[in-house]
Amino acid sequence: MHAKYLIAGALAALMVSGTAQAHRQWMLPSSTTLSGTESWVTVDAAVSNDLFYFEHVPMRTDNIAVTQPDGSPGKIENAATGKYRSTFDVHLTQAGTYRIASVSTAVMGSYTLNGEVKRLPRGITKDNMAAAIPAGATNVQTSEATNRNEIFLTLGAPTTTIFKPTGVGIEMVPVTHPNDLVSGESATFQFLLDGKPADGLKITVIPGGIRYRDALGQQDLVTDKDGKLSINWPQPGMFWLNASIGGRREGSEDAGPPQRRASYVTTLEVLAP
Amino acid sequence: MHHGYKLILGSGAALGAATIPASAQTLNVSVTIPRLPVAEYHRPYVAIWLEKEGSSPRTLSVWYDVDKAKGEGAKWLRDIRQWWRVSGRSMTLPADGITGATRAPGEQKVAFTAGKGPLGRLTPGNYTLVVEAAREVGGRELLRLPFSWPAKPGATLRAKGSTELGAVSLSVGK
Repeated sequence: MHAKYLIAGALAALMVSGTAQAHRQWMLPSSTTLSGTESWVTVDAAVSNDLFYFEHVPMRTDNIAVTQPDGSPGKIENAATGKYRSTFDVHLTQAGTYRIASVSTAVMGSYTLNGEVKRLPRGITKDNMAAAIPAGATNVQTSEATNRNEIFLTLGAPTTTIFKPTGVGIEMVPVTHPNDLVSGESATFQFLLDGKPADGLKITVIPGGIRYRDALGQQDLVTDKDGKLSINWPQPGMFWLNASIGGRREGSEDAGPPQRRASYVTTLEVLAP
Repeated sequence: MHHGYKLILGSGAALGAATIPASAQTLNVSVTIPRLPVAEYHRPYVAIWLEKEGSSPRTLSVWYDVDKAKGEGAKWLRDIRQWWRVSGRSMTLPADGITGATRAPGEQKVAFTAGKGPLGRLTPGNYTLVVEAAREVGGRELLRLPFSWPAKPGATLRAKGSTELGAVSLSVGK
């Protein structure tokens, strides 16, 4: 238990601080395209430098939620956390597209008390924010950091019910279904920030298997005014996609109110034609 | 192995150039499943389908482990990946008159009658017959045979695979 909290703490620190840029959080499903009337998928979840290797810390699983094709909640099973990775299984029993997501929102901020600027402690949410700010505090500045890490699995034909945006953080709305990606065909996705098209959002796409090649093969893309972008898949495989905004380092002395922070991660499987 | 082609050509020749109503015509498909010298051999999953620009692909035949308990054989249908994408994933499987058991190495023949069963009525135009094979612990191969409809009876198209498929032919007969 103790170790679990340590890991959770370390992860929370990674996710909210600038150091997260050195590491990549990801979930890697054993399969994304499935046939039959039911199927199991196992997922590895970790934070690492290289994709998709287990060499840093596991991703915690207690915040992972499954949404079934009909919109009802599913569950993760057999969750286990080791030194470098977590694993869990998902039993697909409905035809259509599932979402497996870890979404978290943290509030960061500062206030002035007795002439001294103090930062809000970690782990603050909208709900417990009021209690964390002492009476007499002035110049209270807060901002939300929303992190979304999600993957998609499809049993049978792809469906789109699960893509209804929540309006919080960075979200991806497919034009091309994320479980219908084939190398040699470009895919189009729309990105939203707090429910509105994310104009000029920087997106990074990196193919897995970094350890066995010299070049990172990173694509740096920017969304258009509608929040849309097209991605070309140079080869089949698993790709890591990441977007984040407001990456100011915690503890920096920047003036002005805290920025809106949000990050988005997904792993996409691109099949051979 | 080549015996079958003579038969196909023979039946085609017998029809000559007579004009036959499209509804009575058949597509005779021959798929040779190669005998592979591998330690662990599994019969391939094979899908045969028809594509026409502007129309939904039409699945003609799918050979897979239909008899496995609890429909477990369907788990690997997605490995016939192009077929799965264009047609399989939106079908209800098993499908009457379309799905059947995997077949042994050698020449396998199937015939489809225009206006009936999975082939249905064919409107004039350019078609492609696609044969895709995927094998457990093996590879995958896909062959395309383009043809135009109505086709001249006796017309035969051929393609040859190099790994998971041997000779594949399509002949138009009655």
